[in-house]
Amino acid sequence: MATIAEGAARTRSGQRSRSLRQGALTGLLLLPAGLWYVILLVVPLGIVVIFSLGKTAARGGYAPGLTLDNYAAAAAEPGPFVTSLWLAIAGTILCLLLALPLAYFVATRGGSRKALFIVLLVIPFWTSFLIRTYAWLTILGPDGLAGFIGDAIGDPAFRILGTPVAVLIGVVYGYLPLMIFPIYVTIERMDRTLVEASKDLGAGRWATFRQITLPIALPGLITGSILVFIPLMGEYVIPAILGYGRVFLIGNLLVLQFLEARDWPVGSAYAVMLIMIMLVSISFYLWFTSRGRKSRDVSVL
Amino acid sequence: MTGAIRSIGRRKTARRGGGRRNDRQGGAVELWMRSHVALVYLFLYFPIVIVVLFSFNATDRQVTDWQGFSLKWYGRVLGDRQVQNALFNSLFVASITAIISTIVGTTAALGLQRAPRWFRGPFSALTYTSIIVPEIVIALATLVFFSTAFDFASPILGFRLKTGFATIIAAHCLFNISLVILLVQARLNGMDRTHVEASYDLYGSPWRTFWQITFPQLLPAIVAGFLLSFTFSFDDYVITTFVSGAGTTTLPLYVFGQIRKGVTPATNAVAAVMLLITLSTLIIGQFLVSRNAKRKGQSGSMTSMVVEQR
Repeated sequence: MATIAEGAARTRSGQRSRSLRQGALTGLLLLPAGLWYVILLVVPLGIVVIFSLGKTAARGGYAPGLTLDNYAAAAAEPGPFVTSLWLAIAGTILCLLLALPLAYFVATRGGSRKALFIVLLVIPFWTSFLIRTYAWLTILGPDGLAGFIGDAIGDPAFRILGTPVAVLIGVVYGYLPLMIFPIYVTIERMDRTLVEASKDLGAGRWATFRQITLPIALPGLITGSILVFIPLMGEYVIPAILGYGRVFLIGNLLVLQFLEARDWPVGSAYAVMLIMIMLVSISFYLWFTSRGRKSRDVSVL
Repeated sequence: MTGAIRSIGRRKTARRGGGRRNDRQGGAVELWMRSHVALVYLFLYFPIVIVVLFSFNATDRQVTDWQGFSLKWYGRVLGDRQVQNALFNSLFVASITAIISTIVGTTAALGLQRAPRWFRGPFSALTYTSIIVPEIVIALATLVFFSTAFDFASPILGFRLKTGFATIIAAHCLFNISLVILLVQARLNGMDRTHVEASYDLYGSPWRTFWQITFPQLLPAIVAGFLLSFTFSFDDYVITTFVSGAGTTTLPLYVFGQIRKGVTPATNAVAAVMLLITLSTLIIGQFLVSRNAKRKGQSGSMTSMVVEQR
């Protein structure tokens, strides 16, 4: 009797020690990444929020305080925000318009060459972003497109570089693959019989696209838009290179505030506002995708 | 009843008539779609071709003034001490970043699978946050953090801590760890569990099961994660410029500085070298992953993994 109880107790403690060991292993596996997240993501973002409420020290940097002055200062100069916002919106829409027919074509007409089409899309995405931006300096420059157009309209001083148009071309070029991939994946995974059913029921090509393909591709469109819009709001390299710093976005402003002016509290306020814009777009995204799921459940019922 | 039949008949004739119109329209739509696709691919490749082309220009003055084919700019650039240092720094930072990110990211993905549900949600939220927050915000937050931490720690340590390779690598790892986690996680979720169960049934130890069953199945994702991390780290400008120190100029920082002075054939040559290095990681990865897939009789490529991840 006693030995049975003892044995049971031993197994139980054995189980407990094994589950303890399992837990320890799980913790150990997650520890390095967890440390990285806490030390280099959570704490730094927390410090930025604290700085944004502080005062600027006499020699630049941060002095403790609790004030909203930095936000007021940031809000008093909405220029970079407005420029960033419209450029991000225009860039996202242009990417959408270029990406949708391409993704649709590759997914539905790619056939045996689909893999090749995809590889050809991944190559530009994979090669250096900085160099791909730099490449446009020659193309849009006075010896390139700008000179050509300038000759055509008889205005030798015509320039594209340094204007919002150059920056827009650059951002569409840089971010296009990020828009194509998610749209392609949703159309590719789509149940093709739905399209045939629609055609059998007498719907035309356009009606089928609008009523079947587009709603199914919508999550991909939204994901792509988020993937393009959010990084675009904080873009620095493209306006710095193709806009000559004259097209002044939030990214340029943040570099100026942190690396040159060293006005960290005001810079932090700008950064927090940028994070806010990001959170709003993400919430919209989550709300939209969850709404989609709910309505699909209802339609199944 | 008859009305219904008649209406079906009417619809049929209408469809037949409309069908012809549809075909003609369809031809136009197909044509438009094909030309759109061709133009977008042209748009994607034209700039890359231009940079590489003009890097072979023998000219001494104008970049676009073609004076014949020459490799002299490559010779000049690769012999330049500054470029050599920057290239070495970049390769060093990218290699260390890729090694750390791959190990930390893979272990985290494995750990996450075993972790309780309440833990997984917040952890994944952090993973996505580190990827979606604009790079510049991560960059400035990291700068502010290091500067604050160094101000705090230096008097205690008795010497001045400075930004440099360690801070660049630590900052690069954040994004890339998350990237590896997502890639490996996707692979883990799509994995066939029956082999793992079979191994346990045959009294395989967890350790052996992992190395003989799980790890080979995860390998393509791990390879893709390693090479993507290498490429992103090698190419990064924004984070590096915020947290670099004296003597840690990487190739993107050097190129950015050169761009400020205008486009030259020399800069084109450096740019082409950067393109070559980033592209060769893709080719290596594609080769490794598809060879691995072929040996196992599966289909799979690194590009498809990248595309489906996004």
